[in-house]
Amino acid sequence: MKLITVAGPPSSGKTSVILKLVESMQVNVKEIGVVKFDCLTSFDNLRYEEAGIRVETGFSGKLCPDHFFVSNIESAVEWGIKSGFKILITESAGLCNRCSPYIQGILSVCVIDNLSGVNTPRKIGPMLKMADVVVVTKGDIVSQAEREVFAFNIRQVNTSARIFFVNGINGQGAFLLAKHLQDTREVTSLRDMKLRFTTPAAVCSYCTGEIRIGEEYQMGTMKKMEFK
Amino acid sequence: MSADNLLEMVLTVPLSKITQDYPFCKDFFLNLRILDVDWELPLEQALGKTNEEAITDFGLDKGMILRDFCQFLETFGNNSGKNVDIKSLTITGGHDKSGSGEIAQWTASVGEIISIVGPTGSGKSRLLADIECLADGDTPTGRKILVDGRRLTDNERFEMDGRLVAQLSQNMNFVMDLTVKDFLEMHAGSRFSKDVSGTIDRCFDCANELAGERFSRDTKLTQLSGGQSRALMIADTAYMSSSPIVLIDEIENAGIDRRRAISILARKEKIVFISTHDPLLALSADKRIVIKNGGVSKIIETSTEEKGCLDSIEKLDATLFRLRNSLRQGQEIKMETVKDQEN
Repeated sequence: MKLITVAGPPSSGKTSVILKLVESMQVNVKEIGVVKFDCLTSFDNLRYEEAGIRVETGFSGKLCPDHFFVSNIESAVEWGIKSGFKILITESAGLCNRCSPYIQGILSVCVIDNLSGVNTPRKIGPMLKMADVVVVTKGDIVSQAEREVFAFNIRQVNTSARIFFVNGINGQGAFLLAKHLQDTREVTSLRDMKLRFTTPAAVCSYCTGEIRIGEEYQMGTMKKMEFK
Repeated sequence: MSADNLLEMVLTVPLSKITQDYPFCKDFFLNLRILDVDWELPLEQALGKTNEEAITDFGLDKGMILRDFCQFLETFGNNSGKNVDIKSLTITGGHDKSGSGEIAQWTASVGEIISIVGPTGSGKSRLLADIECLADGDTPTGRKILVDGRRLTDNERFEMDGRLVAQLSQNMNFVMDLTVKDFLEMHAGSRFSKDVSGTIDRCFDCANELAGERFSRDTKLTQLSGGQSRALMIADTAYMSSSPIVLIDEIENAGIDRRRAISILARKEKIVFISTHDPLLALSADKRIVIKNGGVSKIIETSTEEKGCLDSIEKLDATLFRLRNSLRQGQEIKMETVKDQEN
């Protein structure tokens, strides 16, 4: 089974890109599975089901979504293989600009959109920097110049990724992306594989339910700002 | 410069000298929040004194920064002018929606304007999409697009990174909160333009000419009228974008001098495709591609007679424009005014 991990800021068009990608892959949708990692709630499962794609959704709730991803991805792959999929796509929302749910040796795709501001690529961090493929969406509503500056800023952060422009509504650009992704390697298990980047760290009193403000309530890993 | 030479430079030359020779690399340090280092030292030594934690936030260590910086210099240093350079596109026909063959082969060359006409849903966008991805018999239409007469490998297609085609459509807007001047400077900067202020001046003057109603350099992009935005986009595509192919989708009511606009693009060594229903645009082209049921059914070279009609069409167009303006200004329209304006 081939595994593709897709990440990107909320509402950047991940689901639309995946749906258009699947359409362009010229494979039976029954042989494709999607695992959606989200935080609180998600309606994307309906869109996948409408397209006839099997989808499992997991909610990280109060946990860091990246921690949630890494503790469930192995089982996700087992589910995919058991279900007889040829391709499994995971979709996770990056929330804190520090997310990077990518695995070494597994194809990673970052989806970002032109509307998020031209400097956004420079602020996203590992999610963009560590990706093999960067998909840029919503290019049909901004000017050519803004698209070019946006792509330039992506290049600044990630000098080696392939950049694809995909229109999530009419699918323009998805074909070339599908073609690029078709040679993704096969996996049988993720056991002992490694993340590309550490997950955001925090083991502190607030992780375990503390809600009061004040120095005496703060324990564990804390980081303090310096006010000059 | 080769990768080895770059590495040696990075290891030995003080940062202040490198940033002076390659001004764009300041961004590398800004992106990583590395601001507080001794710029008189080479990178490795300079990093010796920085806060380790700030670097690990980005998933890096000092060795990786060294490597990334070399890559950054390599990407932006050598390729500052890396343009996709093509002279012609040859389109080998595929099939229409019912599987019958379309016109076998046609070519579009730099400097040419080609209009694409056909009913809504006939497959105009599909043709533009085939061109954009340099179809190789692998899209639903079966078309093959040759560049300078040659088939590209898949890898060459991916390497275009979206730089082959510049697009322009009625739905596009500026979303940046910048003045016209800052915006043009930013775009020129990302293009490593050699003559930034000259390019900006030409672009700005051209946009103002096309727009009719003038705007200043200090106008915010988001405050430009529809016509002004479109004019600026066209001028910018002509003078700054490196993409050799321009795809234009419906710029009918843009309130700009459309005929001039596309001829400016064609003059800048570009292949211009316009999908349009506008007679003025369609006949301004050198030839027009007629799409029917998903396939190219006819290619019409614009005849001398058709070219001759352009002036009359422009008058009609001007009449409509004036009528719109009269309505805007609250005037009443009279039969004579319409007739008078026609002649």
